[in-house]
Amino acid sequence: MKNPIADRVSELKPSGIRKFFDIVAEMKDAISLGVGEPDFDTPWHIRDEGIYSLEKGRTFYTSNAGLMPLREEISKYLERRGLPRYDAKKEVLVTVGGSEAIDLACRAMCNPGEEVIIPQPSYVSYEPCAIMAGAVPVVIDLKPENEFRLTAEELEAAITPKTKLLILPFPNNPTGSIMELSDLEAIAEVIEKHDIYVVSDEIYSELTYKEKHISIASLPKMRERTVLINGFSKAFAMTGWRLGYCCGPAEIIQQMTKLHQFCIMCAPTTSQYAAVEALKHGDKDVVEMREAYDQRRRFLMEEFKKMGLPCFEPFGAFYVFPDIREFGMSSDEFCTKLLEEQKVAVVPGTAFGASGEGFVRISYAYSIENLKIALERINIFITELRKK
Amino acid sequence: MTKEEMRMKILKAIEHEARVDIHELAIRLGTDEAAIANEMSDMEKEGIICGYLTLIDWDKTDSQTVTALIEVRCTPQRGQGFDTVAERIYKYPEVNSVYLISGGFDLLVTLEGSTLKEIATFVTDKLSAQESILSCATHFILRRYKDHGTILAKKYSDERQLITP
Repeated sequence: MKNPIADRVSELKPSGIRKFFDIVAEMKDAISLGVGEPDFDTPWHIRDEGIYSLEKGRTFYTSNAGLMPLREEISKYLERRGLPRYDAKKEVLVTVGGSEAIDLACRAMCNPGEEVIIPQPSYVSYEPCAIMAGAVPVVIDLKPENEFRLTAEELEAAITPKTKLLILPFPNNPTGSIMELSDLEAIAEVIEKHDIYVVSDEIYSELTYKEKHISIASLPKMRERTVLINGFSKAFAMTGWRLGYCCGPAEIIQQMTKLHQFCIMCAPTTSQYAAVEALKHGDKDVVEMREAYDQRRRFLMEEFKKMGLPCFEPFGAFYVFPDIREFGMSSDEFCTKLLEEQKVAVVPGTAFGASGEGFVRISYAYSIENLKIALERINIFITELRKK
Repeated sequence: MTKEEMRMKILKAIEHEARVDIHELAIRLGTDEAAIANEMSDMEKEGIICGYLTLIDWDKTDSQTVTALIEVRCTPQRGQGFDTVAERIYKYPEVNSVYLISGGFDLLVTLEGSTLKEIATFVTDKLSAQESILSCATHFILRRYKDHGTILAKKYSDERQLITP
C-alpha cells in the first residue's frame, strides 16, 4: 500500500508539549501548573448571551468574515485600546481562535521558500504553520539577559533577502515577557528598512501588569505592514468558544478571508454573539481578572525569591519562566523528576523552542491556594536537589 | 497606587478572605505589611470595616436554625422618618439585618430563630404589636444557593486539561 501520509506532514515534529501531556495524564493525582488557559469561567453575562442566541434560533452560518456587529465592535474596541481604525467591512476577519489566524496569515502571505522569522521561546504553532505554508522558519533565540525581549540587533541579524514575515509574539507565552514602546520603536525601524511584514500575536494584550500593552500596529508606518492577531480566549476567559480575529490592510485580510471561507466557512455563530456582549460590556471583567492574575504573579515572584530560584519579573500573560540551570539537568529531566517525585506538573521550556532549555514555564492561572500547595512541593524538590 | 486604590484593593481582598495573612496580602498588592495594617486599622476606626465574619452553611450542620425575611410596612415618624422604627427592631439580638427598602413595603428584616414557632411569636408579639407597624409579611428561607457572593449549592472541579500550550 502507498503511504497514506504526506511527507511534509510526517516530517513535521510533534509538539513537545504533547509528549509531556501523555506522561502527566497517567499520573492521576498530580497538581498541575501547566495550563495555558484562564481558570476563570467565562463571565455569566457573556455565556448568557450565547445561550440567548441559541434560544432565538440563531444557529445559521454568519458571513464568512464574521457577524458585522461583531466586526464593528472589534474595530471600536481596538480604537479604545489606542490602535488606528480598522474598517469593519474590509480589514477585520473573525477566526476560530487566534490559532486559525496564525495559519491563515502564513498561508496567505508566504511564497514557497520565503522566510518567516520566529522569535523563541514562543507558542508552539508558529513554526509548523510557517512550514505548512511552504515557508522556511528562521528562529531567533531570545536571551534571558534581555528578559526574552526581541532586540533590533537580533532581528537585523536574522533578516535575509528572502525574509517575508516577522512573527511578533508579545506579551509572550511562555516567558511572560512584554515589549515596551522603546523596544517596539527599535524593531520598527529595522522592519521598515528591510521592507518586511509583521504578524503580531497579541492574544495576551489585556494581561499586562506594568504599562498598558502597546501594539506595534499603533506605531507610525507599521499599520500597513502588520497583521494584528487577537481573540477572546485570554482576555475574557473564553478558550473553549474558539474565537479570535485578525485585522490588517484590506489586501491581506481579503486574501485571508478567501482561505478562511474555503476551510472554515465562518467562526461559530453562538460564540460570535457571545463575543459581541464581551466587547460591549466585558471591560469590568477584564479588570477584575487582571487584578487577580497580578496578585498571584507578585506572590509567585516573592516565593521564588525565598527559594532562591532565579526568575526575571515578567509583566505579561499568566506565566513565569524561572531559570533552573543551576541544577545541571535539562528542562525535560527537571520537569519529569518534579512530576515523579512531587507530583507537580510544569512545562519544560524546550516545548517552546530550543532556547527554552534551562527554563520551565509555570502558569499562574490557578487560585492562590493551589499555587501555595504546588510551590511548597517545588520548594521541597529543589531543596533536595541542592543537597545532592 | 493611591491611598484610595489601596483601600479598595484591601477591601476587595478581605471581603472574601477575611483570614488572609497580612504579610501575604502585602506581597500580592506590591506594598508593605505596615501600610496594610495601618490602612486596616484606620478603616476599622472609621467604621468602614465593621467586622470580620465567617460565612457558614448551617444547612450542612446539625443546627435547625430557621431564617425568615420579613417585609414590614410602617408609618414614618415626624422628623425621624423610619429611623426610630428601625432602631426598635434592630435592637433585638435575633434580628440579623434591617434595611430600608424602596417599593411596596418599607423595611426588610431578616431574622434567625431556632424554630418556626419562635419566629412566629416574634412577629406577632414583638413586631406587629408595635404601634407604627402596619403590616408584616413573613417569608421563610428554604434553601441558600448563594450567599455573600459565594455559591453554596455546588462545588465545581477544575475541568481543564492538565497541560496545554
